[in-house]
Amino acid sequence: MVTTTLSDRLADVGLADADARTLYRWLLLTRALDERIWRLNRQGQVPFAIPARGQEAAQVGSAYALRPGHDVALPYPRDLGVVLVLGMTPLEVLLSALARADDPSSAGRQLPMHWGHARLGIVSSSSPVGTQIPHAAGIALAARLRGADSVTCCFFGDGATSKSDFHEGVSFAAIHRLPIVFFCQNNGYATSVPLSLQMAIPNVADYASAYGIPGLVVDGNDVLAVYAATREAVHRARSGDGPTLLEAKTYRLLPHTSDDDDRRYRDPAEVATWEARDPLPRFRADLLAAGLLDEPSDAELLAEIHAEIDEALTQAEATATPMPDGEPSLART
Amino acid sequence: MPEVTYRQALHDTLRDEMLRDENVFLMGEEIGVFEGSYKITAGLLQEFGAKRVRDAPIAEEGFVGAAIGAAMLGLRPVVEIMTINFILLAMDQIINHAAKIHYMFGGQSRVPMVIRTPGGGGQQLAATHSQNPEVWFAHTPGLKVVAPSTPADARGLLKASIRDDDPVLFLENLALYNTKGEVPEDRPDDVLPIGVADVKREGSDITIISYSRMAAVAMHVAEQLASEDGIKAEVIDLRSLRPLDRATIVDSVRKTNRAVVFEEDWRAYGIGAEVAATIQEHAFDHLDAPVRRIAAAEVPLPYAKNMELAALPTGQHLVDAVHATLDASGGVRGNGRSNGSKGQRSASRG
Ligand SMILES: Cc1ncc(C[n+]2csc(CCOP(=O)(O)OP(=O)(O)O)c2C)c(N)n1
Repeated sequence: MVTTTLSDRLADVGLADADARTLYRWLLLTRALDERIWRLNRQGQVPFAIPARGQEAAQVGSAYALRPGHDVALPYPRDLGVVLVLGMTPLEVLLSALARADDPSSAGRQLPMHWGHARLGIVSSSSPVGTQIPHAAGIALAARLRGADSVTCCFFGDGATSKSDFHEGVSFAAIHRLPIVFFCQNNGYATSVPLSLQMAIPNVADYASAYGIPGLVVDGNDVLAVYAATREAVHRARSGDGPTLLEAKTYRLLPHTSDDDDRRYRDPAEVATWEARDPLPRFRADLLAAGLLDEPSDAELLAEIHAEIDEALTQAEATATPMPDGEPSLART
Repeated sequence: MPEVTYRQALHDTLRDEMLRDENVFLMGEEIGVFEGSYKITAGLLQEFGAKRVRDAPIAEEGFVGAAIGAAMLGLRPVVEIMTINFILLAMDQIINHAAKIHYMFGGQSRVPMVIRTPGGGGQQLAATHSQNPEVWFAHTPGLKVVAPSTPADARGLLKASIRDDDPVLFLENLALYNTKGEVPEDRPDDVLPIGVADVKREGSDITIISYSRMAAVAMHVAEQLASEDGIKAEVIDLRSLRPLDRATIVDSVRKTNRAVVFEEDWRAYGIGAEVAATIQEHAFDHLDAPVRRIAAAEVPLPYAKNMELAALPTGQHLVDAVHATLDASGGVRGNGRSNGSKGQRSASRG
């Protein structure tokens, strides 16, 4: 058996040791901020939360292959890791969760985790599942027509592939060979409904062949594998070779949302299996083994991240809520 | 009569109808193992099996279309759409197909299906999770639309909807699920006719016309108006938005000479606009004041709590509208009160 070292793997995908540390930091930040928002929900400060836990590698690995502010991203609500990598700060995320006037996504109008940040190329989404997919095709078309070399990356879950939006959007992009990456995080469930009741084929990526584009399955809990696959798909898109459908196999380790009780439909043994494949300890172990991280610096990093979130929360809480008086349409006639 | 929740009434009625008629089956997202987002289908998968309680993929247009097909062959699908916001994905199937097949197929096939779905805001779920677009369906010939406000009406109208040979949109409301009321025991005659409004409270001073959750709020407001101000408000719960029971509305306004419509949808082109037009057409000479409408602000419902509260119609808005209407028409008859208390009221509004 050939064992590849972390350094070899990094070199293979064009990354340096420093990138590995950066990726790890994004994973930790995503997890810690996600935990904090979940806790704020349990404390009654945030009415609704959509956790990312378990899917961080798929999110961080894919977003790391994009050019922030240049490429366009259409994240789906679970994509905390995507928006952080693309440049949203913990403060901005918390301003949205707490419905503050300074929330960059919507000034407190939109649900949390319905990300939007024009400057960072993050396009606002709405609650109906999968509806961002045709938008993404149109955005990629616009980029092409304007001669820009930006790539559009559209994120969604496996459940979204049941929607006609998915099929119509992917087909449109394929027909016109648009510069786009369709990135599916397949966590095996659409809320309580298992994959077998969403589709009659084993892989979302298999849909690609019907539309005449490449489709690829990747281990969504392996941050480097996700990065590598996305990098290649982004390259293909930027070079004019059209769309790719990527499927990251992963698992959400928490309930669907703060309103859900996943024990009703998931076997605890199944959850435990995936806990054992948690992408964070897995990448940490790789870094430790490669000598890119040691225990003290790991603890220091985590403390630094928690301090950053504490500070962001204090700042967010000190800001104002939006004012209905400033909204002419709220004045009744 | 036992007191049950609106949720329980819906659940029990679905079960009774499934036991009564084997052609009745359920289809929707998360209705099986998960028992529905709002637990209306609790236990039904276990009792009736996957053949009659079918989890659908996230494909609203697809499974509503499939339900239409099944209904055309004589089954009686009861489709659950998680919230009315997601029904928009299935609009073509509902408006262009369910509503028209009977007519455009020369009467050779009916579409006996029900689509159950909750509307309503107030849960901080923001604009695409909190809408009240029932008027779009009520606008459409070929559909029936019911919107009960009490557990008993929910039971009677769900029975009627399932037994009806036309497509029925059965509107529920998130904030009503936990409300309680008396419900008659299962009887063959507890089917409520579609298209009949209910005078939920009699009164002689003013008519409040409402439906769904707002009708429940209107009942509280009417009680408060009676005890605090001696105002006798008549409350009409429309229950059915299409067909609309115009006679009950008109008869009441001819008696009270004043009307306020209280609705959770947007004001422009809303249910209240149709009600006001009906009153104008059939009771114009009886009106002592213009018909007032209390509805949601013309804005996508915002997430921030204070903004959401500012956008939604409240009982206080209704209280103010009733007083304003009475003030505009000489106050309450017979009890000596008049419009003199205006300043005091606005002071207490805070
Ligand atoms: C059109 C539509 N139907 C139903 C819903 C309710 N809903 C919200 S999330 C969700 C499941 C989404 O599953 P998936 O796309 O696999 O993403 P995941 O939540 O698993 O990450 C459903 C059914 C919705 N938001 N939109």
